[in-house]
Amino acid sequence: MKLLYKSSFALFFLSIPFLIQAQSFDEVMNKGQIRGNFQLNMQYYEEDSIIGAQDVPEKILSNGFLNLIYTNGSFSAGFRYESYLNALLGFPPGYKGSGLVYRYASFTEGKLSVTVGNFYEQFGNGLIFRTYEERGLGYDNAMDGVRIKYKLFDGITLTGITGKQRLFFDYGEGILRGFDAEVYLNETVKSLKESKTRIILGGSAVSKYEADQNDQLVLPENVASFAGRVNLSRGKINVNAEYAYKYNDPSVDNGFIYKSGEALFLQTSYSQKGLGIVLAAKRNDNMSFRSERNQDQQNLLINFLPALTKQHTYNLLATLYPYATQLNGEIAFQADLIYKFKKGTFLGGKRGMDIQMNYSTANNIDTTLLNDESTNRQGYTSDYFNIGEVYFKDFNVMITKKFSKKVKGRFTYANLVYNQDIIEGKPGAPKVYANIGIADVTYKFSTRHSLRTEVQALITEQDNGDWATLLLEYSYSPHWFVAFLDQYNYGNPDSDRQVHYYNASFGYNNKGNRISLSYGRQRAGIFCVGGVCRVVPASSGVFLSVTSSF
Amino acid sequence: MNIRKTSLICIALIVGSIGYAQNQNNGIPAVDVQKLDGTTFNTSDLKNNGKPIIINFWATWCSPCKRELNNIAELYEDWQEETGVKLVALSIDDTRNMAKVAPYVNGKGWEYDVYIDPNGDFKRALGVNNVPHTFLVDGNGQIVWQHNSYSEGDEYELFELVKKLSAGESIK
Repeated sequence: MKLLYKSSFALFFLSIPFLIQAQSFDEVMNKGQIRGNFQLNMQYYEEDSIIGAQDVPEKILSNGFLNLIYTNGSFSAGFRYESYLNALLGFPPGYKGSGLVYRYASFTEGKLSVTVGNFYEQFGNGLIFRTYEERGLGYDNAMDGVRIKYKLFDGITLTGITGKQRLFFDYGEGILRGFDAEVYLNETVKSLKESKTRIILGGSAVSKYEADQNDQLVLPENVASFAGRVNLSRGKINVNAEYAYKYNDPSVDNGFIYKSGEALFLQTSYSQKGLGIVLAAKRNDNMSFRSERNQDQQNLLINFLPALTKQHTYNLLATLYPYATQLNGEIAFQADLIYKFKKGTFLGGKRGMDIQMNYSTANNIDTTLLNDESTNRQGYTSDYFNIGEVYFKDFNVMITKKFSKKVKGRFTYANLVYNQDIIEGKPGAPKVYANIGIADVTYKFSTRHSLRTEVQALITEQDNGDWATLLLEYSYSPHWFVAFLDQYNYGNPDSDRQVHYYNASFGYNNKGNRISLSYGRQRAGIFCVGGVCRVVPASSGVFLSVTSSF
Repeated sequence: MNIRKTSLICIALIVGSIGYAQNQNNGIPAVDVQKLDGTTFNTSDLKNNGKPIIINFWATWCSPCKRELNNIAELYEDWQEETGVKLVALSIDDTRNMAKVAPYVNGKGWEYDVYIDPNGDFKRALGVNNVPHTFLVDGNGQIVWQHNSYSEGDEYELFELVKKLSAGESIK
C-alpha cells in the first residue's frame, strides 16, 4: 500500500506547473474539462444454510470507486480512489481498505505523447502484452511507469513502455520493458496509397525482469517475448493474424519447466449488408506470462489470450458453464454466421427475421510427457497439428423476430460440452453435456411501458442436473425498471438442493445516474463481465448499487 | 509531511481548478480509436456539420446495447431525415470479439458510423462505467446529455432531445 501512496503525490504536483505556466490562467482554465464516474456496490448479507451462504461477520460489505479525469488541450491527469470495506464476497481477498490506486499525468507535444503513472495499453491482439481493468470483477493489472508514443511519420507509430503491474494495493515484483511498432503500409508506402487493400503490420517485444530467489533451480531473471502481426482488409474481407513467442519462463503455472511458449491467433471475417461470417482459430502452448512467476488466478498477467467462444448473456448460458482460456495449452476454433432474412421473403415475413449461428470448440494441445524433471525440465513435446482432449464445445443458434408492433422475440438453442475437470479444476468430475433453450419475448404496452420475459431451461444429466430460469422485467422508460428472477435447480440429484434462487430488483435511471436495489439469493458459480470470469460464493441478502458518470 | 495528506491536497488542488472550468468546455476528448478496417481514427474528428451527434457505447456481448441499437436502426432513416443527426456506435469489444463487430454491424444492416475502442481509452476519457452508455453532442460539438443503460422505449426520449438540439434549443 505504501508504494502507491508514495508515488501518488509527486504526479499531481507534476501536473500543476503545466496549468500555471501558460499565458493566462483564466484562458487556460476555460479550456479544461473534467469527466469521471463513481460506483458504490453494497451488500447486506443474510446467512442462508439452504444455499450454503456463509455468515459474514461484518454483515455489510462494500466496494466503491471514483474516477476523475481532467483534460486541458493536450494535457490530461486523473486518479481513481478505490475502497473495499471490506470487499464483497467473491472479490479477491487482496482488496482490503481504501486508497488512491491509480493516478497518471500525460501530455502530447506534436507527434510525441508521454504518460507517467498508471496506464492501460495493449500491443496488437495482446498475446504478449495487455493491461486492462474489469472493475466489476476486481480485475486490474494496470501498469505503473512510463509510456511513450511517437507517431514517427506517415502511418508509423512507435510505443515504448516500462513499469510494474498493479497487484491489489501493491505492485508485482517484475519490471516490464516493452516496445511496439505499427506500420499502416498504405500511408507509409506511396504506391499503396490508392490501393483497395489496406495493410497494417506490427511487431512487438516485451521483456520481464524478476530476481531469482529459488534455491533449487536456476531461473531466468529476464524473460523475453516477441510477436508479429498483420491486418489485411479489402472491401468486405478482413484478416487478422498474430504469432507470439516467449523464451523459457518457469513458473507455478507450467510446473517450472524450461520450455519456450508460443501462440498463434487468426481471425478472418466477411461481411456485406445482411450477411456476416467470422472464422477464427488459435493455438497457445505454455503462454502464461506474469510479472511474478509464483502468482496464479488473474493476478499479474502480462498478456491476454482471448477465449474463442461466444460470450453469452442469458444467465444459465453465461454463468453455469462459461469457458476461460487454458493458459498452459489450447487449440480453439470458432465460426460465426449472421444472416438477415429480408422483409417480404418467406422466412422474413412482414417484419424480417435474423438468424445467428455460432460454433466453437476448445481442446487441449496434443502433448507427450518427457519425464525430465531432474534433467532438462522441458516438460513435454507437442505436435502442432494434433488435437488433444476436449475442453469445451458450444453450438448455438439464435433467431430474432418481430411479430407485430407490440411483440418481438429472440429464441436461442445451445448445446454445450464442458470439461469440469480442467476448467474448474475438479479432478475426476465428468464432462457436462447440456442442452439449453431460451425464449426472450418483449411486449410493448405503449412506447414507454414494456414487459420482457425470459424463460430458460438447461437440461443435463451431469453436475447439478436441470435448471430453469424465469425473468420478468417491466420497464417504464426512461427512468424506472422492476424485475423478478427465479433460477430453479429442479433437477438436482440431491432433492434437498432443488433450490429456488429468487431475486427481485428495481432501479432508477436519470441521465448519468443509476440506482438499483435488489433482494434475493445469488447462486455460487462463475460470474463474468466482459469476458473475464471469477468464482463467486453463494450469498443472500440486500444489494444496493449506485453508479454515476459525469 | 504525511503522504496521505499530501496526495489529498493535490487532489483538492486539481478538483478546485477543475471546478473553475467545469461549465466552460464539454467537447469530445481527442482519443485514438479504430475503424472497422483496423486503421486509426481520432475522436476529435467526430463532426456532423453543426448537426447533433449521438455517441453510443456498446459491445457485441451486451444484450441491452444491441436491443437499443437495433431499435434505433429501424427509426434511423427518419431521424436523419428530420434532424440530420448522426449516430456513432463505439464498440468496447476487445480482441476476443473485435472480429465480430463488422459482421454484426453489416449483418444487421446498421447505417451507423462504427468504431472500436479495444483498449477502453475513449471509454475512460468519457467516464463510461458500463455499457450501454449514450452521449448527445450538440451542433457546437459540446456534450450536453448522457444516459446509462437502456430500457425499451428510451429511444423516444432520446429523439425528443435530438429534435430540440437540431432546432438549436437548449436541453439542459
